[in-house]
Amino acid sequence: MKFVDEYRNIETVKKIAKQIKSITTKKWTIMEICGGQTHSIMKYNLQEFLPDEITLVHGPGCPVCVTALDVIDKAHLIAKKEDVIFTSFGDMLRVPGSFTDLLKIKAEGNDVRIVYSPLDAVNIAEQNPEKKVVFLAVGFETTAPANAMSVLEAKRRSINNYSILSSHVLVPPAMHAILGSENNLIQGFLAAGHVCTVMGYEEYIPISQQYNSPIIITGFEPVDILQGILACIKQLENNEAFVHNSYKRMVKKEGNIHAKKTMFEVFEISNKNWRGIGEIPNSGLKVKNKYKEFDADKIFSLEDYKIEEPKVCISGEIMQGLKKPFECPAFGKECLPENPLGAPMVSNEGACNAYFRYKK
Amino acid sequence: MCLAVPGKIISINSENPNLITAKVSFGGAIKEINIQWLPEAKVGDYILAHVGTALSIINEKEAKEAIKTANEFEEMQKKLDDKTL
Ligand code: SF4
Repeated sequence: MKFVDEYRNIETVKKIAKQIKSITTKKWTIMEICGGQTHSIMKYNLQEFLPDEITLVHGPGCPVCVTALDVIDKAHLIAKKEDVIFTSFGDMLRVPGSFTDLLKIKAEGNDVRIVYSPLDAVNIAEQNPEKKVVFLAVGFETTAPANAMSVLEAKRRSINNYSILSSHVLVPPAMHAILGSENNLIQGFLAAGHVCTVMGYEEYIPISQQYNSPIIITGFEPVDILQGILACIKQLENNEAFVHNSYKRMVKKEGNIHAKKTMFEVFEISNKNWRGIGEIPNSGLKVKNKYKEFDADKIFSLEDYKIEEPKVCISGEIMQGLKKPFECPAFGKECLPENPLGAPMVSNEGACNAYFRYKK
Repeated sequence: MCLAVPGKIISINSENPNLITAKVSFGGAIKEINIQWLPEAKVGDYILAHVGTALSIINEKEAKEAIKTANEFEEMQKKLDDKTL
């Protein structure tokens, strides 16, 4: 496939790896923020192409993994209601809540449907006026605009039985939290290329300056990732720190202004709880009051639902780069992809799942 | 979920100005994708699609450039090696 195959070419990968080796003189720790990149790194075994001095740490960039437990529980409470059709992206179905998961709820006879796009959920609402159709609207800045579009589309078509259970997270505040933590080990970042297709990369410039950390806008194929690492090591070795766009074919500095406009029409910035990590200020998006009739939290009076996270799962430490999945005592034993104890074992963008599949 | 994939626009349907869509081929598999955030998109363009919406048009020039740079280093190294021999 064009724009895919040439970025998986092993000869090109080897050439970039050679360049990286030739310039690396010290030990460096780099975090790839996005779960899609973690998945590629494990799948193509990219760490093997890198010199021993470079350690890759897998960041919190998997929406399945960081969606707070109380949101997952709320989804389950709503999905069990008789007059509800609950819709979700496929990878949220097996995420364990405090008591159950969506797949089990579906097996018990409730109407739970996988959709490819949030607009499909709007169509389901239009076709089922006697039901309340709820979409589990999770994701980073890449997904939030499409979720917002579904609300605007429902409003435009006067569909009043559609709502979203919204839990969106933003990448830059998480980078602040990681770089600003006293345990921080991260010296350079590969920023999530697809988030930047929407947001652009201006907001990373002050972060890079404040923490003196290179931030490289990076794509998802093996060649992209190695090029991102090369650009990052170049800066680190030269004692430089700035934002570099290594994913120019997809990302413009200003991002996609139309998508951003849609997103901020429906959502506003709020504090956000990240599963395993805790609350990060201004790191989420919530539905504006103006669109409250599309906000499932309000419709089902679940705004105050809170729950403590169980302590078995060390996903928070893994997502901050403090530990690797195999340092978790449950990894590959009680916690398996078929029986995940924590969210990073569920999705193939989660670090635990990627380690289990490709590095047993 | 954050998976986003490149595909080629085969046709554009702008009948409904609020919901402009395109038929997009992903390596042969055709899907209907919302392209209203890419007003400049035209048939033949490659776009990046995510959960049913297109987020950017792939810049072919930059795409070629990236692969070229990756391969150039090798040639440069060779030239340097030849000189030192
Ligand atoms: S292996 Fe399972 S329990 Fe351990 S951190 Fe990963 S998801 Fe959590």
